[in-house]
Amino acid sequence: MSGHPSTYEPKYGATKWIDRRLPIIRVGADFMTFPSPRNLNYWYTFGGILTLCLVTQIITGIILAMHYVPNVDGAFESVQRIRRDVPFGWLLQPMHAVGASMFFLAVYMHMFRGLYYGSYKAPRELLWIIGCVIYLIMMATAFLGYTLPWGQMSFWGATVITGFFGAVPVVGESLQQWLLGGYAVDNATLNRFFALHYLLPFVIAALVGLHVWALHHVGQNNPIGVSAKTKSDTLSFHPFYTVKDGFAVAVFLLIFAFFLFYQPDALGHADNYIEADALKTPPHIVPEWYFLPFYAILRAVPDKLAGILLMISAIVVLFVLPWLDTSKVKSLRFRPVARWFFFIFLVFCFILGWCGAGTPDNIAIPLGDTGITFYRLSQIATIYYFAYFLIILPVLGLVEKPLARPDSITKAVLGDQSRGGAQAAAE
Amino acid sequence: MSDTVKTDENIDGDKRDFIFIATGAVAAAGAASIAWPLVAQMGKAADTLAAGSIEIDLSKIAEGQQLKTLWRGKPVFVRHRTEKEISEAESVDVSSLRDPQTDDERLIPNPEGNLERAFLVMVGVCTHFGCVPVGEAGDFDGWYCPCHGSHYDTSGRIRKGPAPSNMVIPPYTFVSDTVIKVG
Repeated sequence: MSGHPSTYEPKYGATKWIDRRLPIIRVGADFMTFPSPRNLNYWYTFGGILTLCLVTQIITGIILAMHYVPNVDGAFESVQRIRRDVPFGWLLQPMHAVGASMFFLAVYMHMFRGLYYGSYKAPRELLWIIGCVIYLIMMATAFLGYTLPWGQMSFWGATVITGFFGAVPVVGESLQQWLLGGYAVDNATLNRFFALHYLLPFVIAALVGLHVWALHHVGQNNPIGVSAKTKSDTLSFHPFYTVKDGFAVAVFLLIFAFFLFYQPDALGHADNYIEADALKTPPHIVPEWYFLPFYAILRAVPDKLAGILLMISAIVVLFVLPWLDTSKVKSLRFRPVARWFFFIFLVFCFILGWCGAGTPDNIAIPLGDTGITFYRLSQIATIYYFAYFLIILPVLGLVEKPLARPDSITKAVLGDQSRGGAQAAAE
Repeated sequence: MSDTVKTDENIDGDKRDFIFIATGAVAAAGAASIAWPLVAQMGKAADTLAAGSIEIDLSKIAEGQQLKTLWRGKPVFVRHRTEKEISEAESVDVSSLRDPQTDDERLIPNPEGNLERAFLVMVGVCTHFGCVPVGEAGDFDGWYCPCHGSHYDTSGRIRKGPAPSNMVIPPYTFVSDTVIKVG
């Protein structure tokens, strides 16, 4: 799976015997000694964190499936039963639900890292695109899973999201009813959502395999975006980065534990403690926090189909990003102008999330008697979101003068040896 | 037969191409015929299609009251409209509407051919993303959808907000003077 020459030497008769027949220990050993750039910072620990997230979701998910009833008459009650009556259910169900939020928290940090350090640029375009596919399937899995507790938000969230397919011209209604297995969200819908929610994490696991394979084939990017050239530019993955990842995982688990033990419902919605009712829509339907920016983009235009297309475009644009950013310089550390546009982009992503949580007609920013409504604000933020990818990055790459970059990772970390001694590393 | 036999002797290229295409075509047809049941199973099952119709007694709905019931998993509204609501629905300039329909076009006549203008029957689902609008609300005295802010008038027509069309009128017939059958 890795692009570096194997250094594994089997020591014992048994390991030699295995290595000649199936070099599985060799693959593992080479993975652990993979030469990684020596300047990776903590933003590069999310790969390990995300692996842990996926494993956590799969293990807790399989356990929940042992107690869950995928039927409209029993689903809501069975989830409440898991939380109240099943041994350690109070721990395992929130671990899965909070875990989903933590998974998205980590994946967003991982993606913003990639955006900042230009990790999507050649030769890592496929690595980036596989990552985008993983993100897309994560969103599908999270949506399907949110339907399963069969609360009011589950039901109405499913109704709204499957309604997107109804907006497709001509075949929309047939397509929507095919997805639902009926005229509306009902038992058939719940059953298939459960089956698919169980399936998709394994598809993600397979894609993670491809993601890591591509990563090991082209090598990791790093904060200065200058490729590792010599042996002194790299460190063995183990123990250097296993330990660094381990520390980051411990910090991440502290945050996870805070929500799990003290605020298990803070990231969910209170209305999901009311059983699904097809006759009553909650007064304010909102998706989970990790979908809010896209929800805001959906609502930023007053037309149903246009809103959906815009929302889909917001994700599609990530897939073509490697060809939109025209700059040869990977890391934004050396792009003084692009750097600031990136930070503004980050702020607008948060603003989109805020708009997604707000009621469109309410005032977001008061100005005297009136002010800017969430609706108007979401339009401004949507324009910046798309302008960043479609105008700013393509144009900036051509006109911006990047700063001088270090010749090598070693020089960036240890300073210029010719001037004597180790100099403080740049940042 | 030894390894040295040349295997490309006496090969009829056209015949091979034909066999290749013919075999491929059969395999493709086979794959498609296997794939179809795998796809079609997700559609509406026979029992879902069969659970098609309900009867509603209009005489039990007082003026100004709305009955909400489930039909095919979706809410159906039967509103006994007041005089004021009927005149509001009829006084609108139809050409100014997003989905132009007169109030009469949204009613189905009884067997005598008369319109029961007091009773508006419709699928209580917002045409935007399928939420259930709230009655006697919004800027037009009709319905208001809490999800994304669509306003409907007293005839269930879209007047303001993101929904593209009027609320749907389900197929229904009068089985007697006061009872309708939806579906």
